[in-house]
Amino acid sequence: MKLGVLFSGGKDSLFACWKAMQQEEVVCLITVVSKNPESYMFHTPNIRLAALQAEAAGLPLVEVETAGEKEEELLDLKRALLAAREQYGIEGVVTGAILSVYQATRVQRICFELDLWCFNPLWNADQEAYMAELISAGFTVIIAGVFSAPFDDSWLGKEIDRRTLDELREIARKYRITLTGEGGEFETFVVDAPFFSRRIAIEEASRNYRNYNGVLRIERAGLVAK
Amino acid sequence: MILVVDLCYRAGSLSRDELVGPVERLLHKNGAPLFTRHYTAVGAPDLEGADAVILCGTALKDTGFAEHPELFRWLSAFERPVLGISSGMRALAAAFGGGTEPCCEIGMTDVKVLAPDPLFDGREGFPAYELHEYAVQVPDTFIPLAASGLCVQAIRHRSLPLYGLLFHPEVRNEWILERFLGLAEAAQ
Repeated sequence: MKLGVLFSGGKDSLFACWKAMQQEEVVCLITVVSKNPESYMFHTPNIRLAALQAEAAGLPLVEVETAGEKEEELLDLKRALLAAREQYGIEGVVTGAILSVYQATRVQRICFELDLWCFNPLWNADQEAYMAELISAGFTVIIAGVFSAPFDDSWLGKEIDRRTLDELREIARKYRITLTGEGGEFETFVVDAPFFSRRIAIEEASRNYRNYNGVLRIERAGLVAK
Repeated sequence: MILVVDLCYRAGSLSRDELVGPVERLLHKNGAPLFTRHYTAVGAPDLEGADAVILCGTALKDTGFAEHPELFRWLSAFERPVLGISSGMRALAAAFGGGTEPCCEIGMTDVKVLAPDPLFDGREGFPAYELHEYAVQVPDTFIPLAASGLCVQAIRHRSLPLYGLLFHPEVRNEWILERFLGLAEAAQ
């Protein structure tokens, strides 16, 4: 089955992509670039680098922009899926949704309207097992945004390795946040994945942090040999 | 031992982690021993070894299971507890002659309890996660237990512990699956 992966550049969508590749044929990545930093569905700090990640994965990228108004952006998502079907013949869509009924419901409805299959391979995943598999499978993931206590600016750019996972586990327990950041406590950016032919090298990045809210904005990046 | 049946489009499919995995994890969490079979591979020894059965749901577009009613005929003779979830409810109802009718619900929906039953005891209603294009026509040998504004959401056999749920209890209503496990344990 030819599938398009809804793609934000973070760990969940890339891990879902990797899962999909093991079962079906992933033919393109699909991103909706939101101009609204408060977007419920699509906001992420380094979405513009999705093109570089797609190049690393050797997959075409279908990119549409949205103003990011609450329900209007769903029409833009529909537009993106229609474009992916027209250009690459997708028969289904893959998302990295874990717990968000809000996101999953909206994507399911649009897929239903367009007669597309919908897959959420991380749905209700065991968060501990997922994070451990992410690391052991060879993903290199960094924290690209923090949006909750107790994350200070030292977390921006930090790689999620086993040691960081231990720290996150402790924080998740103490502050009652999700281990995966699914509750919006932090966002991630994938630098390398098992299916990348080259990895991403961040050449220049700026940090903008204040009061437990911060973003690592990647200003310049390129692809280098693994 | 609980037999979990995967109704997805093929064994080990991309839907498995989404529709079977969460049920398996909930059973593990509750210490219920289980084994899983794809619906095309349920054999007589599996049924003999099962104290109860859970039939899992499928993706919205995944209706391949409904083209093989002969693979679910064993349900009409299996008198131990069964819980059919969404597509699993459809397979269960079909095994007792129940058809389907169009009724599409996607997302959270309010469900009202209609008849007393240990599965919903003490609850008048609850919001539930839905993912279906069709509802079932309740077979004569079943009674409706709960409904949304659009269609019947839960059924039970008149004399056997066979249940069908149109919504997905593994999402935000784990308590219902836990109650079913309690019923299954009590029936042993």
